[in-house]
Amino acid sequence: MTDHAYNFAYLDEQTKRMIRRAILKGVAVPGYQVPFASREMPMPYGWGTGGVQVTAACLTPEDVLKVIDQGADDTTNAVSIRKFFQRTAGVAVTDATAAATMIQTRHRIPEQALTEDQILVYQVPIPEPLRFLEPRETETRKMHSLEEYGLMHVKLYEDIARHGSIATAYAYPVKVEGRYVMDPSPIPKFDNPKLSDSPALQLFGAGREQRIYALPPYTQVVSLDFDDHPFTASKAPHDCDLCGASESYLDEVIMDDAGGRMFVCSDTDFCASRRAEGHVGRLGEDQFSSKKIANSFEGICGGAEGTQ
Amino acid sequence: MSRMETLTTPLLQVEHLTKRYGTRIGCADVSFDLWPGEVLGIVGESGSGKSTLLSCLAGHLTPDAGRVIFDTRDGPRDVLAMGEPERRRLSRSDWAFVHQNPRDGLRMGVTAGGNVGERLMAVGARHYGDIRAKATDWLGRVEIAAERIDDRPSAFSGGMQQRLQIARNLVTGPRLVFMDEPTGGLDVSVQARLLDLLRGLVREMGLSAIIVTHDLAVVRLLADRLMVMKGGHVVESGLTDQVLDDPQHAYTQLLVSSVLQV
Repeated sequence: MTDHAYNFAYLDEQTKRMIRRAILKGVAVPGYQVPFASREMPMPYGWGTGGVQVTAACLTPEDVLKVIDQGADDTTNAVSIRKFFQRTAGVAVTDATAAATMIQTRHRIPEQALTEDQILVYQVPIPEPLRFLEPRETETRKMHSLEEYGLMHVKLYEDIARHGSIATAYAYPVKVEGRYVMDPSPIPKFDNPKLSDSPALQLFGAGREQRIYALPPYTQVVSLDFDDHPFTASKAPHDCDLCGASESYLDEVIMDDAGGRMFVCSDTDFCASRRAEGHVGRLGEDQFSSKKIANSFEGICGGAEGTQ
Repeated sequence: MSRMETLTTPLLQVEHLTKRYGTRIGCADVSFDLWPGEVLGIVGESGSGKSTLLSCLAGHLTPDAGRVIFDTRDGPRDVLAMGEPERRRLSRSDWAFVHQNPRDGLRMGVTAGGNVGERLMAVGARHYGDIRAKATDWLGRVEIAAERIDDRPSAFSGGMQQRLQIARNLVTGPRLVFMDEPTGGLDVSVQARLLDLLRGLVREMGLSAIIVTHDLAVVRLLADRLMVMKGGHVVESGLTDQVLDDPQHAYTQLLVSSVLQV
C-alpha cells in the first residue's frame, strides 16, 4: 500500500506545527478567528477539510477517534473521514462517545457530557457570523476588533419582525467571554448551552475560509438574544421513538406518503447505548434499527446489512 | 450657567483643514466654527471640494493638515487625533451622515424597522419591544406609514428611502448631522416635502447640521449660514440671505445669477 508514503495523519510536520500555532493563538484569544494557511486536502471543500486539518494537527498515535456527522457515526461524511484517519494515521476508532479522546463533528455536539480528556473538533463552513449582513471582510474584521456587534442583533430583530420569534435555529450566534461574537458552526441552537463551561477543549476549523478558532475548557459562552425575547434551546416536542429519550435532539423521519413519521435521536451512539440498557420507545420494538433509518434518511436505502 | 457655556463654545471648530489628492487640491485651508443649533450650507459647483470637505469632517477621509475640534460630552476634543474606536463611537452616537444616494446609507436587505433600529442596537438597546416602538415612532415622524415597518427599503420610492435614511440617522438623537446633497435625485415636489420635514426636525431637535449641496434653493430654505467654495477654497461666507442677496465674490455672483427663474 502507498499509505506508508504519507506522514502520520497525512499532513507533514511543518504544516501541523503551523496549524498548532494557530490553535494555540485561538485558545489564547477565545472566539477570535485566527487565519491559517489551509492546505488542499484529498476531499472536497464542504466535506470537513478544516476540521480534518485541525484533527490531524492534534492527533497522536494513542488517540481514539470518533467522527460524527449530524450526530450519526455511520453517515457518508463521518465514514469517509474515519477511514481517512484509519489509513493515514492508523489510530483506533470508536463509536462510543465516552471511549473517544478526539471527536470530530459536523452539526452536532454529542448528547453525553464531555470530559477534560477530550477534544471536540467542529467542521465550519462559514466562520464569520456577520458575513450575511456585512459582505466586506475588511469591515467585519474592524467590527470584531472594535467590538461593534449591533449588527448581529439586527439579524435577530429581522427574525422576530418576520416570524414573531427568533427563527434562527442553527448557527445561532454566541458571545464568548463577553468579547468576541462567534459562529458556533451549524449546530442546532439546542446544542448552544453545551458550548458554555464545557470541560472539553473545543476547536473550530474552516478549511475553505482558512480560519481556526477555539473555546478553551470552561469558557463562558452566551447566546445572543433580546431582553423580551430570550434565547430558548428548542427541539422537536417528542420523545425518541426508538429509545424513548425525552431530552435528546431529534431527527424527523418520514415513514410513508400517508403522513407517517417518527422522531429518533440524531445522536446514534446515545440512542444505541440507551436501547442496549433496555430503554424502549414507541416504535422501538419492531424491525427498525437506527442504522437503517439513518441510511434511508440519507437516501442510501437498503445497504449490505439490510434486513428485509 | 450651562446654557451660557453651550452658547460660548462652538460645537465644531475647523482650523486650516487641507486635503490633497497627489498634487491636486481637494480642499485647502478651510476654517469655520459651527455653533449649537446652527445649520451651515456649503455650496459650489461639481469638483469644488465640498464633498471632500464633508468627508474629512465626518472622518471618512483623513485630511493632510488642520484640526477638527468637536465639543464632545467630555469637552472639546480634536477628532483627527482620536483613535478609530472613539471616532466610530462618536459617529454612531453624536453624529449622523445622510448620503446623497439612500442606497449608500441604508441596508437594502433589512426591513425599514431593522434599518432604524440598527443604530439603537449599536449603542446597546437590547429590548425588542422598545426598539420597535421607537422605530415606529420615527417612521411616523418622517411620514412613512407604520404598516410599512416590515417592508424592505427596496420596496420604497426614492423619496421614502431618503426619509427612511433620515429616520435611521436621527433615531439616536445626534447633535451634528452631515448631509451630502440630501435632495439630489428627487423630483421637486418630493424635494419640497423633504425640505419641509428636515427643517421641522432640525428646529424641533435643535440639531446642528452641515449641508453640502449645489442647489441654492435648499440652502435658502434650511441654512443659517453659507460658505461658497470654488477650486477647493472658500471664496465667500456669511449669513445665507446676505450672501445670496448681495454676493460680493465674482463666482458667487455667477452662481446666484445662474439660477433659473420659473
